[in-house]
Amino acid sequence: MAGATVEDHRKKERVTLPQEIRSGETTTRRAGRAGQAPARRRRQGPPGEPRNLAYLYILPAVVVFALFIGMPLVRTATFSLYEWNGLGASTWVGLDNFQQVFTDPQLRGALTHALVLIIFYSAIPVTLGLLIAATMMRARRMRGLAVFRVLIFLPQVIPMVVVGIAWRQIYQPDGPLNDLLRAVGLDGFARPWLGDYTWALPSVGLVGTWVGTGLCFVLFLAGMAKIPRELYEAARLDGSGPLREFFAITLPAVRGEFAVALTLTIIAALKTFDLVYVMTSGGPGRETTVPSFEVYQRAFQFGQVGSAAALALVLTATIFVVTVLVNRIGAGDDDTTPNPRRRLSRRAAARQEAR
Amino acid sequence: MKSSLTRIGNAEPGGPGRVRAWARFAAAASAIAILAACAPGDDEDDDSGDGGDGGDTSETDSGESDESGGSDVQTDPSQLGEITLTVWDQEVRGGQAEQIEQLNAAFEEAYPNITIDRVSRSTEDLSTTLRLALTDAEPPDVVQANNSRAEMGQYVGSDLLLPLDDYAEAYGWFDRFPESVRSLAMYSDDGSVYGDGELYGLPQMGEIVGLFYNKTKLDELGLEPPATTEDFDAAVQAAQDAGEIPIHFGNSEPWAGIHEYGFVQNQFVDAETIRDLGFGRPGSSWTSEDNVAAAEEIVSWVDEGYFVDGFGGIDYDTSWQAFAQGDGVFFVGGTWLVADLQEAMGEEVGFVLTPAGASGQNLVTGGISIPWSIPANSDAQDAAAAYIDFITNAEAMSTVTETGNLPVVDAGSQQVEGLQAEVFDAWARAGEEDLLVPYLDYATETFYDTITAAIQDLLAGQQSPQEFLDTLEAEYTAQVGG
Repeated sequence: MAGATVEDHRKKERVTLPQEIRSGETTTRRAGRAGQAPARRRRQGPPGEPRNLAYLYILPAVVVFALFIGMPLVRTATFSLYEWNGLGASTWVGLDNFQQVFTDPQLRGALTHALVLIIFYSAIPVTLGLLIAATMMRARRMRGLAVFRVLIFLPQVIPMVVVGIAWRQIYQPDGPLNDLLRAVGLDGFARPWLGDYTWALPSVGLVGTWVGTGLCFVLFLAGMAKIPRELYEAARLDGSGPLREFFAITLPAVRGEFAVALTLTIIAALKTFDLVYVMTSGGPGRETTVPSFEVYQRAFQFGQVGSAAALALVLTATIFVVTVLVNRIGAGDDDTTPNPRRRLSRRAAARQEAR
Repeated sequence: MKSSLTRIGNAEPGGPGRVRAWARFAAAASAIAILAACAPGDDEDDDSGDGGDGGDTSETDSGESDESGGSDVQTDPSQLGEITLTVWDQEVRGGQAEQIEQLNAAFEEAYPNITIDRVSRSTEDLSTTLRLALTDAEPPDVVQANNSRAEMGQYVGSDLLLPLDDYAEAYGWFDRFPESVRSLAMYSDDGSVYGDGELYGLPQMGEIVGLFYNKTKLDELGLEPPATTEDFDAAVQAAQDAGEIPIHFGNSEPWAGIHEYGFVQNQFVDAETIRDLGFGRPGSSWTSEDNVAAAEEIVSWVDEGYFVDGFGGIDYDTSWQAFAQGDGVFFVGGTWLVADLQEAMGEEVGFVLTPAGASGQNLVTGGISIPWSIPANSDAQDAAAAYIDFITNAEAMSTVTETGNLPVVDAGSQQVEGLQAEVFDAWARAGEEDLLVPYLDYATETFYDTITAAIQDLLAGQQSPQEFLDTLEAEYTAQVGG
C-alpha cells in the first residue's frame, strides 16, 4: 500500500518530465530548422499549445493519483493529528500520536521487529538469489535446470496467506520440521517454533526468505543473461577464476537489478502483515508484532484511528526514504564506477604494458 | 508563458524542471489537503447540514427515536407496510448459517410485507466494516454488533445504536432473558459503564468455556468427572502418572489463553471480583491474594507439565483436533466445539462446568453469541425489533437447537442427547445458579491485547505471576480511575 504510493509518485515524476523535455526539444528544433513542414504546422496554433496538451495527457494519471493515493494520504495525515475512534467526534491532539509512535515500547518493538525482518526478507534473499543465479549461469548446460528455476520461483506464485498457513503447520511442535530434526537425531533443536520467544521472529522471517529468494533469483537471472559471453571468455583468457569473474563482471553488471531487488524486498519487509497475521498474531507475547499489524489492530480492533494513522505515516515515510536511498546507491553509481568492460580492458592494457 | 516553456525545455532532469515538478506536486498536494482538511468525524454533520460535533447531533437523533419508541411501539409487523429490512450478520458457519436461513425464511413467510435483505460476512469482516456502515446516513436496520467495549461500547458512546428498553418492555424481553445474559449487552448511554444501563442487543445463543473430558481415558484411570478443584488436581496427577497428556492446550492464537486462564481463575476467585475485573468496574483488584494464587497455580501447571508439550506453538484447531483423536484427558474449551467433538468422538466425550474451588461454586466463563442490535439511524426500527424478537423467541430457540447450537434461553426444555445434553444442562445450571462470569478481555478497549500477550508471557515464564498481575492491574486501574 505504502510502497505503491512511493512507486506511483516516482512514475508520475518520470511521466511528467519526458513530456516536457520532448516538447522543449521540438521547440529547439523548430528554432534550428525554421521553415520545415512540422514546425509551420505548429506555428498555426496558439503559442504554448504543446505544453498544455501535455497536461491533458497526464491528466487521467493525475486524477487517479489524487483520488486514490493523494487524497487518502492527506486524509490519513489529518487523522493522525486527532484522537478519534472512527465513529463519533474527534479531539485535536497535535503531534501526540507521533510522539507515541516513538515512545510507546509496544510500537517501538514493532518497528524493531520490522528492521530485523529486513535481514530475512531482503539481505538473505538478495545474497542467495545472486549466488544461485550466478551458479546457474555457470551451469547453463546442466540438465533439469528449468525445473530448478521453476522450483525456486514457485513460492512467489503462492498467495502469502496460503504460505503462512502451510508454514504454520510445518512449525507445529509435532510438525514436519520437528519430525525431521528428530529423525536425524537433533532432538535438542526441536521446539515449538512459533511459541518460542527467541525463535518465533526468525521463524517468520525464514518464510520471508523462502518467498523472497525466488524473486531476487529471477531478477538476477534476467540481468545476467544480458551480459555478453565474450566478457567471460576474455576474463578466462586472462586467467581469472570463477570468483574473480563474479566480482569483476557479474556483480557490476547486475547493479541495476540489485537495486530493484533490494528496494522490493525491503519494502516487503517493512510492510509485512499477512505472515504475522496468519502465523502468530504478533505472539508469543509481543515478539513478532510488526508496524502494519499494529496499524490494523489499532484502526480496526481498538478504534484508535489517530494513533494507527500516525504509525502508518511513519511507516510510509520510512519506506519512502529507504527506497530513495537504495535507488541512489543503485543508479547514481553508474557514472562513477567503471563498467566491467572498461575495467577488464584496463587490466588487459596494464598486463600488456607489463609484458 | 513562452519563456517558461523554453526554460523547461532546456532543463535537465534534476535541474529547475525537477524543482518545478516538485512545486507543482506540492501545489496539487495542498489542494487535496484543503479538500480533505476537516476534523475526522465531522463529515456526517456536514451532510445533515447540522452544526456542532458528532456527539451532539446523534444525541438528538436518538432522543427523538426514544420518544417515538416509547409512545407507540408497533409490535405487529404486518401493520408496518412494505418494508425492506437490511440485516448484517456473521452467521456464516455450519449450524449458525442454517438456523438463520431457516428463521429468515419463516419470518418472510409470516410477514410477506417485509423483505429481508441479508448481508452476511465473517465475524472479522463484519466488525471491520460495521464501523463505517453505522456512521452512514442510511445504515442497515439490524446488525450483529460484538458486545465488547471496543465495538458495542464505542458504538453506544457515539450514539449509533438504539437502546432497546422500550421494545424490551413491549416484547417482554426483560422476563425472557435473565439478567446475567442481558448484562452482557448493556451499557450506560455514554458507553463507559459495561454490564449496566440500557439494553443494546439480544443474543440467540449462549456459550460457556467448560471442561471437555475423554470418558474412556477417565474410566481407565478409575475417576469420575471432577466437580471440585481437589478432584481435578487428583485427576490431572493420575493422568500424568499414567503417561497420558493431562490437559491438551494450544496457545498459538492468543485468545485461547483467556479461556485457560479463566478456567483457573474461576476456581480461586469469587464471582463478584471476576465480574468487576472482567467488565472493568471499580471495586476489585488484580493483585488480590486469590488472584495471585490463581496466577501461581497456572504457572505450576506449566512447571508440572500438566499441559501438552510445546503448547505455546500449537494452534487452537490442532489442539482440539488432537484431543478429538484421543490425545489428552482434558480439554478446556467452549461450547462452539460441541458439534465437532461429538461428531469425532461420539460417546467418548463429556462436558462439565469448571470445578468448584475456593468460592464453592462452579463458576464458568461464558457469554453470549454476538448480539443483534438496531442502528440508531435505521428507518425501520419497529420492523427491526420485530425481527430480533422473532429470531429469539421460543420457536426460534428450537430452531437454534435443531441446527446444533446452544440456545441462549430455554436450553433446559430442549430435546437433546449425548454431549449436547450435558452442555445444555451445564448452561441451564449456570443460568439458574448465576455461575456465569464474563470473558476477561471486556475490561477496556485494549484489554484483549494486553491480557493475551500477558498470558503468553506468563505461561512461557517471561513474566512472574506478580509482574503479570501488575501489568493487568495497571490497565484496570487506569480504566476505573482508581
